[in-house]
Amino acid sequence: MSAPAIRIEHATRSSRAGLVLFAVVFVVLVAAPWWGGRQHLRLLAEIYAFVALASLWNLLAGYAGLVSVGQQAYVGLGAYLLFALAMLVGVPALWTIPIIGIVAALVSIPVAALIFRLRGHYFAIGTWVVAEVFRLLASQVSVLGGGSGISLPVGIVLAIAQGRQMREFVIYWLALALLVAILALVVWLLRSRYGLALTAIRDNELAARSNGIDVGRVKLVVYVLTAAGTAMVGALIFLQKLRISPDTAFSVTDWTAIVIFITVIGGIGRLEGPIIGAIVFFVLRELLADYGTVYLLTLGVVAIAVMLKAPQGIWGLIAGRFGWQLFPLERRVVYLGGEQPAKCA
Amino acid sequence: MVPLMEWVNIILQGALLGGLYAMFAAGLSLIFGVMRLVNIAHGDLIVLAAYLSLLATDAFGLGPMTSLLVVVPLMAVIGYTLQRGILNQTLGPDLLPPLLVTFGLSIIIQNGLLELFTADSRRLQAGAVEVASLHVADGLSIGVLPLLQFVTAIAVIAVLQLVFYRTALGRAFRATSDDQDVAQLMGLDNRHVFGLAMALSLAVVAIAGIFLAVRTNFDPAIGPARLIFGFEAVIIGGLGSMWGTLAGGIILGVAQAIGAQLDPGWQLLAGHIAFLIILAIKPDGLFPKVQ
Repeated sequence: MSAPAIRIEHATRSSRAGLVLFAVVFVVLVAAPWWGGRQHLRLLAEIYAFVALASLWNLLAGYAGLVSVGQQAYVGLGAYLLFALAMLVGVPALWTIPIIGIVAALVSIPVAALIFRLRGHYFAIGTWVVAEVFRLLASQVSVLGGGSGISLPVGIVLAIAQGRQMREFVIYWLALALLVAILALVVWLLRSRYGLALTAIRDNELAARSNGIDVGRVKLVVYVLTAAGTAMVGALIFLQKLRISPDTAFSVTDWTAIVIFITVIGGIGRLEGPIIGAIVFFVLRELLADYGTVYLLTLGVVAIAVMLKAPQGIWGLIAGRFGWQLFPLERRVVYLGGEQPAKCA
Repeated sequence: MVPLMEWVNIILQGALLGGLYAMFAAGLSLIFGVMRLVNIAHGDLIVLAAYLSLLATDAFGLGPMTSLLVVVPLMAVIGYTLQRGILNQTLGPDLLPPLLVTFGLSIIIQNGLLELFTADSRRLQAGAVEVASLHVADGLSIGVLPLLQFVTAIAVIAVLQLVFYRTALGRAFRATSDDQDVAQLMGLDNRHVFGLAMALSLAVVAIAGIFLAVRTNFDPAIGPARLIFGFEAVIIGGLGSMWGTLAGGIILGVAQAIGAQLDPGWQLLAGHIAFLIILAIKPDGLFPKVQ
């Protein structure tokens, strides 16, 4: 019996609708400089950064099972590389971004070699130690302001684009482009054989291993890609802040706690989760803006409640109920010509 | 050139500081051993204990050491309640729920303390004992307080060791640690056993918190760094070994003291680097428990 001709279908009805939805939203967001004010652009760019960070963490923890609480290491690394490359080497600010992705990937390989020795929870805290080491090293670099930090010189900022307005537009579009690129990378990765391997590892690592999946390699690939993406997002965040210090660049609250809460509230292990979670986070933050750190407290409480009562998150509840999936990530076998063979048990 | 005696002094002070780190680590190690839970809020609970002791000394005029009588039981009750109320629900094969929930607690405790006590640094006044010291040799003297702290650390670990291997409670801890399902079949109530383990862990946290508060300035944000020191001591010493944890704390303390001597900015870095080197060459730690 010859193997039947088959094709793997990734799209579903809801993911086609999702694609249309994303296309419309994308066009609206690209046009934001024409309909929104400066405040809107800044807020949107910040949302993009958090969705991007949360999507990357989601890939790392939700798909590859690498629960890191030290991704601030790469946010800070990217930020410091931006300042170092722009100020000390003279690379134009925007061109530093791809270089930062490559450097962060290279840095993450030896880091992975070290912390992959730790299992589970201890891996998590090990990633945090690495972030602390990065932070302390950064505060030793006196040309970049040491422990108290430094501002990006005006000349570098002015060279980004002509005029203040255009500069804001360019950075805004860059933030959007980076988010779209990261989402596309994650979708591509999950649809590739790595995605299949990741799903297998997530479901049962031992079974995946016995089916010939090189678990260590798959995890390493995800870790390195995530590091690169996280560092590029970090660079972009601090290109907007224009000022850096070890404590802000390597902040565990900003770049890890909030990012994890966003992912969990939205739905871990689902691409839609970080988007929903980020919306919840920003609504909370804007609503409670007058009460200091109360929004953080609230976020912590909501995240704990979600983890205990609905661990699949908001999108998990929606997807479970309606079967929606906005990204074309399903794998359905379509038989081409000829009859569908009898199902195996 | 630093004279030899000064180096002896530096290493000795570092080792005594290591006692404090071993106390941070002991509570962490205990609950990981019993229920495979890594409590990310551990450091923040240490800081919470420090603030509770500050309240106790302010409100009742107690000395720091007498405030232990209030704070230790209080933290134990908090531990038991926390475990029964929230953390027991997170235990299972998936490691994300306990991690996330304790991370959430960490953020809640930090920001709660920030709202209540502001970001100002505080300190617990212990009176004359703070500056008292024992003269050992020329150019070498040991502070009474660091010594007391080190002796307490040894006592805490000895007591934990005794509880673990000589009491019915310890037998229950070891049984649930080995096999939760079988332990339950033998009539143990795991939820209660875990509650007691967390109570014991936070009792140790309370002692550590008070010593921390007497020794250094503290503010609501310093918890995570204490968690990391405790964690490093556990890994350096080897998982599951209480005395190894003490050794791990001492190594960390000495590394930090030497680092600080070389350059004040290198104190913490030297500790982390010592940890990473040991992780690279002996990933099971120096004194792993024989399985």
